[in-house]
Amino acid sequence: MLVARELTQTYDSGGHPLTVLRNVSFEIADGSFIAIVGPSGSGKTTLLGLLAGLDTPSGGQVLLDGVDLTTLSEDQRAKLRGEKVGFVFQSFQLIPTLTAAENVQVPLELRGERNVSARARELLTRVGLGDRTHHFPAQLSGGEQQRVAIARAFVNAPRVLFADEPTGNLDTATGARIVELLEAINRESGTTIVLVTHDLALARKSRRIIRLSDGAVVEDSIMAAA
Amino acid sequence: MKRWLAIPTLAWRESRNSRKRLVLFMSAISIGVAALVAIDAYSGNLTRSVREQSRALLGGDLAVNARQTNRPSVDSVLDTLTRHGIGVGHVVSFASMAAVPNGATTKLVQVRAVSPGVPFYGTIETDPAGRYSALQDGQFILIDPSLLVALDAHVGDKIVLGYAQFTIIGTLKSVPGDVSVASSIGPRVYIPERYLAETRLLTFGSRADYQGLLKLPAGTNSATFAKALKSQLDSTKGRIRSVQDTERNLTNSIKSLDRFLGIVGLVALLLGGIGVASAIYAYVAEKNDTVATLRCVGATSSQVLGIYVLEAAALGVIGAMIGVALGTAAQFALPHVLGGFLPLDVTIRLEPRAMITGIVVGAWTAMMFALAPLLGVRRVSPLQAIRKNAGGASRARLWNDVPRMVAIAALAASVVAIAVQRADSVRNGVGMSAGIAAALIVLWLSAALISWLARKVIREQWPFVVRQGVANLYRPANQTRAVVLSLGFGAFLISTLYLVQTNLLRQLAVSGEASRANLVFFDVQEDQIAGLDSIVRASRSPVIQRVPIVPMKLFAINGTPVAASKTLPPWAARREYRSSYRDSLGASEKVTQGRWFEPAKWKNGVYEASMDENIAGELKLKIGDTLTWDVQGARVPVVLSSFRQVNWARFEPNFFVLFPTAALEHAPKSFVLLTEAKDAMVRARLQRAAVDRYPNASSLDLAQVQETIGKILAKVSLAIRFMALFSLATGALVLFSAVAASRRQRLREGVLLKTLGATRAQIGRIMLAEYAVLGAIGSATGMLLSIGGAWGAMHFIFEAPFSPAIVPTVALTLFMMALTITIGLLSSRDVFRETPMAALREA
Repeated sequence: MLVARELTQTYDSGGHPLTVLRNVSFEIADGSFIAIVGPSGSGKTTLLGLLAGLDTPSGGQVLLDGVDLTTLSEDQRAKLRGEKVGFVFQSFQLIPTLTAAENVQVPLELRGERNVSARARELLTRVGLGDRTHHFPAQLSGGEQQRVAIARAFVNAPRVLFADEPTGNLDTATGARIVELLEAINRESGTTIVLVTHDLALARKSRRIIRLSDGAVVEDSIMAAA
Repeated sequence: MKRWLAIPTLAWRESRNSRKRLVLFMSAISIGVAALVAIDAYSGNLTRSVREQSRALLGGDLAVNARQTNRPSVDSVLDTLTRHGIGVGHVVSFASMAAVPNGATTKLVQVRAVSPGVPFYGTIETDPAGRYSALQDGQFILIDPSLLVALDAHVGDKIVLGYAQFTIIGTLKSVPGDVSVASSIGPRVYIPERYLAETRLLTFGSRADYQGLLKLPAGTNSATFAKALKSQLDSTKGRIRSVQDTERNLTNSIKSLDRFLGIVGLVALLLGGIGVASAIYAYVAEKNDTVATLRCVGATSSQVLGIYVLEAAALGVIGAMIGVALGTAAQFALPHVLGGFLPLDVTIRLEPRAMITGIVVGAWTAMMFALAPLLGVRRVSPLQAIRKNAGGASRARLWNDVPRMVAIAALAASVVAIAVQRADSVRNGVGMSAGIAAALIVLWLSAALISWLARKVIREQWPFVVRQGVANLYRPANQTRAVVLSLGFGAFLISTLYLVQTNLLRQLAVSGEASRANLVFFDVQEDQIAGLDSIVRASRSPVIQRVPIVPMKLFAINGTPVAASKTLPPWAARREYRSSYRDSLGASEKVTQGRWFEPAKWKNGVYEASMDENIAGELKLKIGDTLTWDVQGARVPVVLSSFRQVNWARFEPNFFVLFPTAALEHAPKSFVLLTEAKDAMVRARLQRAAVDRYPNASSLDLAQVQETIGKILAKVSLAIRFMALFSLATGALVLFSAVAASRRQRLREGVLLKTLGATRAQIGRIMLAEYAVLGAIGSATGMLLSIGGAWGAMHFIFEAPFSPAIVPTVALTLFMMALTITIGLLSSRDVFRETPMAALREA
């Protein structure tokens, strides 16, 4: 269960407070697939950052499986991310100096796990890259890089997967395949997926849409079962 | 052309946000130039001071030096000169004990008995002022101020020298050519020459030097005159010395210092250059986005290059100018640290040549080192502005990139040119450049080796953070080569400098294990030695050694008179050997060739003898040669049975030639007596008691001498370390720039790892592993190379022996390693600070 309670985020902008999120509250049940949508500047990425514990809010709480992220130190949140959270970014964010397999292994290795290369290979095979495990990011196409990123996001069997515009840098056909992959994983492993996008067509693949505008939730609708 | 007009404005605007960063670039060249200017200006001041003061240092246009014993024959020649309107003055110098009547203490002094009018040039300043001109008016004495303190005397008191008393009329404030080392061991005193005989100090075996000073009429060419005079002096054993000789001697004696400082300057400049190269490399890496955007909006690659070249050139000039200002300020500090042991007053003036050289060489070096990394901006793709992962500046192979090859060739040529200019010989300059090139190649190879090794040895079972750190050494875009090259080269230069410095200082150093004697009496006559012996024993001090001294000259080698020899050095016949006899080897010498003579063994009425190996080498002698000595008129032939290596640095009586006791025991001789007195008080009382009974015998408090020499050495090391510090400061800057070059990439990686769940401690450990390996390899390779570099410098430039100083070198290696880790972690502190949000925002 992922809960946002009265989340507010205010930045200092040249001496003036700038509120980018105001009193955002919702609950996300385990295993759900939701989309956060809204125009550019509506606060989507800020909200994602807070939900994933990448940043701390000015006010309110984020509860992941009952743990209040706002009470944890940065390192404690880092550990929690390593165990329960996965990420997929618009710009893939692979470490350019690591091979595909090494990129996938990182979250497990950070937790101190050994002999993780088999698991990385297995996941890469599952996303269709079983033959490219030793390639560096620069040697892969955009779609391939995003599939490595997805494999990396799932390697630690996270409770929640956050995807920030995962198809933003991809062409339509490749993007569609990435979304299919995400859906399949959601179905098979029961991982909660939180998708941030401004692409409504993509958002409609989810089962619930939370719409943000000017830092506040303006719509929270359940989609008809696909 | 129109496309180029906007470049300066663009360059100015473009640098707006990064000027702080560019300070790093500037500071490296500033410190390098500062060292260069300080050194060049000091050398300039030194050379000028030598030129200006050499006549005052000599005291006349020409000087004729001889032993006091040879004085009559020299004077007979000089006396004829006075008839031709040439001024002739006399100076007799010797060591003696000085005391105040009924005082408790005595002190060894250097007596200078001078005739009226001496010195002809230069002034001896006194306190009260002007007393030097009154010296000849009575039985007066002018003394070193330290003597007033040592003897607890006052101006107006009397001083006893031998059997005569002199009234103190003032103290000496400055004497041309006075070295503080010499005057603190034997303070100078000046007396009128006409009272010299009354002291009765110049007895048998005492060492006194005579100098006749000449003042030539205006317009006389002193060199021509010296030549003419030389032939007349040939039979008198007098040596002629001109102002030019003084100048040459002084220049020679400061040459080592000058050469060392020259190398320090070159090292500082090169380090500055490397600092610039690394800083520019980092700068260009950070400017990739800007360059891509500029290219998107229509800038050609040469325009972009123009912008950054202009920025670098402007900063090079500003940096060099700041360096000149710093260096000029520093040169005012140098004479204070170096002042005490140079025999002249170095007057400080602004040296425009050094300043202009600093700006030109500094700006040029900065530009040359900056050019190769700057050329990287030509290859930034405009695509990067829209797609981050389009990759940074792609790099063509060197041999396909003509401009880069030209830039590197120009850099290499500049380094060789600067090295040749600073080494003041093409051979040494090219040698130094070759050494530098060899060091770079070895470093590059060791970097390649460590990358290869890291890939080979890495194991799955290693902890993740270690594996990650080690893998960073060979992964794409690794910083192994950059850091190992700059760190290793920095370590190489600094360590070479350190080793050269240690070896130079070692040459000066007095061996620590001096004998236990702390008080020495000399010029003790044969009929006085028994009495002195009992005085010493009465004070409950042991007589450690009683060494006989027999003065003699070398008359013939294998039957051929030395004076007639064309091949031997001129001093061979002139030199007075103060030899001794004993039947066993001393503690500070060992036989290196032949065998030690057996005390009584002699063939055909000829005794054997042993000689110092160096002097034997200069006289081209071999074991078995027969030498005939002139001992006070008696001819004593000996056969050389051994050569000895003597440690002259030890405070022990050592001799060039040693005879068996039987050979010399009946020759006229004086004695040196060594004792160990309990404390300073006992030493003072003993000295007083001895001088009261035997005014002609002198004594020297060795403990005091050692202390003085120790102080002087500390001063010299301080001066040299002061200069080496410049290099160390630049070295740290170089390291900062080298690490900064890949900072951006590591920042991104670190933040990403945090997003994926890495704690700060884990990221810290990854970096620790990487920097520990880089630091260890870079500094260890640099240090090993420096042993070769320092050997080369000592062997070829200073022509002195080299021995590596292992402990300090290893300590320096560990220090550089720690510095690398510290700087690595410090410059990556943003990774710890930055929240993982940055990874999202950057998308």
